[in-house]
Amino acid sequence: MPMLTPLHQKKSAQIVLGLLTGIAFGFLLQKGGVTEYSVIVNQLLLVDFTVMKLMLSAVMVAMLGLHIMKYYGYVQLHPAEGTIGANVIGGLIFGVGFALLGYCPGTVAGAVGTGALDALFGGMAGLVIGTGIFADLYPRLKTGILKKGPFPSVTVQEFLHLPVGIVIVFMEVAMIAFLVLLQYLGH
Amino acid sequence: MFEYFMQATWSPYVAGASIGVLICLSFLLADRPLGCSSAFIKARGMIEKSVSAESVKKKEYYRDVIPQVDWSFMIIPGVIIGAFISAMLSGQFHLYWVPSMWGNVFGYNAAIRIFWALAGGILLGLGARWAGGCTSGHGLSGSSQLSLASIVTAACFFAGGIATAFVIFGIIGG
Repeated sequence: MPMLTPLHQKKSAQIVLGLLTGIAFGFLLQKGGVTEYSVIVNQLLLVDFTVMKLMLSAVMVAMLGLHIMKYYGYVQLHPAEGTIGANVIGGLIFGVGFALLGYCPGTVAGAVGTGALDALFGGMAGLVIGTGIFADLYPRLKTGILKKGPFPSVTVQEFLHLPVGIVIVFMEVAMIAFLVLLQYLGH
Repeated sequence: MFEYFMQATWSPYVAGASIGVLICLSFLLADRPLGCSSAFIKARGMIEKSVSAESVKKKEYYRDVIPQVDWSFMIIPGVIIGAFISAMLSGQFHLYWVPSMWGNVFGYNAAIRIFWALAGGILLGLGARWAGGCTSGHGLSGSSQLSLASIVTAACFFAGGIATAFVIFGIIGG
């Protein structure tokens, strides 16, 4: 049982925490440079690797932090299960939108905060429409394509039949190696 | 110390590592991954509810993702405020319709940019809910939990994004 369960159940406290978390997230996204259209598109064009650097740094810290906290019983993890039909198809649809818009659902809100009106009237409006289309299609998708091709395991360690500690060490080393390689290649 | 907060940008490693800490705090304080796309479907559901409460009640998806103001909804207004504060502190805030990288290739016509941004946003929203999360929910929080599905999804975000960006800027605009 995570230690802060009573806090998780306090609705008004959670609303305030959500707002504060969002403020910190938006602040860091802007400071990291990824609320900028050109930074995201240049990542997709493989010219500027700021997005990769920021994401891998976040994952390196969170992967270690979450699993340590889980080990000591402070948090529960909720790794998503998935299927080819949901995650691969959905991921590719997302990718096309990602490049067309030049932002993702978090950075689009960040871009609005920096004054990008295309992010507000194009991006955020589109997201409200697009998620609504999914809600309309959901009953048909749910029993069809979203069920197709379930992944063999939920987590990487289950998939590889390896202890979680070893997988984490391997992933951390691989991420550091990738970031060092980027530097070496002049990015 | 305060000067640091007024800088235009931080190293992506510093900003990224701080976001990693924020993800840990989200699990600790809210028992949730830090995600952004569910706020949009909640907003959509609340807009629909204000028009017709019946239609929302009938839609199955709104039983899984309840349209209400809660932790995950508040992330988006928070992100707008946080980015605004950061941009104001460094004097970068300014209103504009067309990002210069788009404008230099496709022109500064706001209506054309909004049309394509809207199309992109629709696909982004559809794809995010289809895959069950976005760049933050799957890409950051999911990968950090070593979820196989999240890592595959994040790879697909970039595969689709890279291919499309090369078509837009390499072939059409090139």
